[in-house]
Amino acid sequence: MSTLAIDKAGPRRNVKYGSMSRDRIWALRWSYFFLSLFAIIALLPPIYMLITSLKSSAEISAATNPWWVYHPTLSNYIELLTSNQFLRFFWNSAMISVFVVAVTMLISVPAAFALARMKFWGSATLATGVFLTYLIPDSLLFIPLFKMFVMFGDWTGIQLINRWYVLLFIYPTLTVPFCTWIMIGYFASIPKELDEAAIIDGASWFQTLTRIFIPVALPGLIAATIFAFTVSWAQFLYPLVFTTSNDQLVLPVGIITTLIKGDVFNWGQIMTGALLGAAPPLIIYAFLMDYYIAGLTAGATKG
Amino acid sequence: MVDVVLQQQGLPGVRRTGKRASLRNALKRKSTVAFLMTLPLILLIAVLVIYPAFYAIHLATLNKAMTKFVGFGNFQFLFKRNTFWMVVEQSCIFAITAVIFKALIGFIVAHFAHNIPSRKQRKWRGMLLVPWVIPPAMSTLAWLWLFDPSYSAFNYTLGFFGIGPISWLGEAGWARFSVILVNVWYGAPFFMIMYLASLKSVPEQLYEAAAIDGANWWQRIWYVSLPMMRNIIAITTLFSLIVTFANFDIVRILTAGGPIDQTHLFATWAFKVGIEGSDIPLGASVSLFMAPILAVAAFFILRDVSKRGNEA
Repeated sequence: MSTLAIDKAGPRRNVKYGSMSRDRIWALRWSYFFLSLFAIIALLPPIYMLITSLKSSAEISAATNPWWVYHPTLSNYIELLTSNQFLRFFWNSAMISVFVVAVTMLISVPAAFALARMKFWGSATLATGVFLTYLIPDSLLFIPLFKMFVMFGDWTGIQLINRWYVLLFIYPTLTVPFCTWIMIGYFASIPKELDEAAIIDGASWFQTLTRIFIPVALPGLIAATIFAFTVSWAQFLYPLVFTTSNDQLVLPVGIITTLIKGDVFNWGQIMTGALLGAAPPLIIYAFLMDYYIAGLTAGATKG
Repeated sequence: MVDVVLQQQGLPGVRRTGKRASLRNALKRKSTVAFLMTLPLILLIAVLVIYPAFYAIHLATLNKAMTKFVGFGNFQFLFKRNTFWMVVEQSCIFAITAVIFKALIGFIVAHFAHNIPSRKQRKWRGMLLVPWVIPPAMSTLAWLWLFDPSYSAFNYTLGFFGIGPISWLGEAGWARFSVILVNVWYGAPFFMIMYLASLKSVPEQLYEAAAIDGANWWQRIWYVSLPMMRNIIAITTLFSLIVTFANFDIVRILTAGGPIDQTHLFATWAFKVGIEGSDIPLGASVSLFMAPILAVAAFFILRDVSKRGNEA
C-alpha cells in the first residue's frame, strides 16, 4: 500500500514493483491463520463432545488427558440408543418438530400469500405487526402462557400441562411469525405477471397459490421449513416449563433432567446425548447449508 | 383445473363471459379470501402472543396466591431486594458485553473470510457457523463439561502453562466471564454471516478507488466498509441485543444463576421465582422488565419500515 502513496508523490513508479501482490499473499496467509484459529474455537465444544462420548466412565474419572481417547468405546452410544427413555425423548422431539413444521406451514404460507399479494384493509400493518411479534422473546411469555394453560385446564377439564402435545400449541408462536415474514419476502419477489396470467386463465386464488407461488418460491419454503424445524428442535425453555414427567420430555430437557442425577454427572452419556441431539440440525445444515443460511438470516434476527 | 380445460374446449362465447364473471367474483371476494387466509395467523398471534403479553401485566399486579389486586406491590417488593438490582446489573453487563464482542469478532472474522478466494469461502463459512447450528442447550452442556471443576479440560490445558486451577463457574467473576464467553461463541457466527453478506454487496470499485487514493487497510475499513455496512450493523446489533437480553438456555444450564444468584438474568430469575418458586405474579413482574428494550427496538424498526415505505 505504501508504494501507492509514493506513486502519487512522484514518478518513481517501478521502485517496488510487485509488492502489491506480496502484500496480498501475506494478507491471505494471515487470513488463513486467523480463520483457522477461529475455526478451532468454533469446533472445540462439538469435538470435545465427540471425544468424551467415546470414553468409558472409568477413563473419564481417571482424569487422563481430556483431549485424547486412549480406549475408544461405543458403549455410551449403545447404552443410550437401547434405553427406552432416551428413545422416547428423541421420538417426542422428532414428532413435535414435524408437527410444528406442518402447522407452521399451514398457517404461514396462506397468510404470507394474502399479505404479499392480496392487499386488504390493514394488511401492511399486519405484516409489520407479524414481524414485531417475532421479537417478543419466549422468556417474556412463558409465565403468562403457563398460567393460561393451567386455567384452561381448570375451566374445561382438559389437562394440557405436562403433556407433550401442549408444545404443539406453543411452538408455532416462535416459528409462525418469522416464517410468515420470510415467505412474504419470497412471495413479493415473484413477478406480478405470473399470478395475473393465472387469474386470467381462470385459476382461483387457492390454485394460484398452490400451482404458481409455492413451486416458484420453493427455496423460500425449504428455508422456512428448516427454520421451523431447528427452532422447535432446539427449544429449551417451553418444554422445561410445560413438561415434567419423564415420558413427556423432549430431548434437550430430557438429557439435562435425567442424565444429571443430583451431583452425579455421567459425562460420557451426557456428551453422547448432546451430540445425538445436535445431530439432526447439523445433518440438515451439512446438506442444505445455503437454504439454512438463507432462512435464518433472511430477517436478521437470531444470535 | 379440469373444468377450465373442458370449458376451453367447449363453447368459446360462454367461456369468455364466464371467465370475466369469475374474475370479477374473485376480485369481489378478494378481501374476504385474504382475511380468511390470514385468520389462523391472526388468531395465533392474538391468543398466544398478544394476550399473554398483556396478561403478564395483569398477573404482575396480583398477590402470590393470585387472589388479590396489589397494584405495584410486586414492583415495590422487587425494588427493595438486592438480588433484583444484581439481576438488572448482570443482565445489562451480560447483554452489552456479549453483543459488543459478538459484533467485533463477527466483523473481524467476516473480513478474514472475505479476503480469501471465494471458492474456499464456502468451506470456511461452513465450519465457522457450526456453533450457531447446534442447539444452544446441547452446546452449553459441552461447555459445562469443559468448565468442570475437577476434570476440566481447560484447567488441564492451563496447567501446562503453570496457571492454577480456575473455578470457572464457582467464582462470581469467572462465572460471569464464562456465560458471556459461551454466548459470544454461540452468537458471533451469526454476526459473521450477516457482515460477510453485506461485505459482498459493497462494490469492489469503492475499494479500488480508495486504494488509488492511497488509503491503507484501516482507512478502507473505516471509510468504505463501515459506512456501507452501517444499516446491517445497526439492525443486527439491535436484534442481537434483544435475543441476548432475553437469553435463558446458556445461564440456566451453565450456572443456573449461581454462585449465590450472581449470574442470573431476567429470564432465569423469572423462571426461578415464577416456576420453581411458584410465585407466578412475581415472576411475571421480573420478566416484564425485558419489555423496555423491546419497546426501543420496536421504535427503531417501525421507523425503519416507514422510512423504507417513503423511499419506495
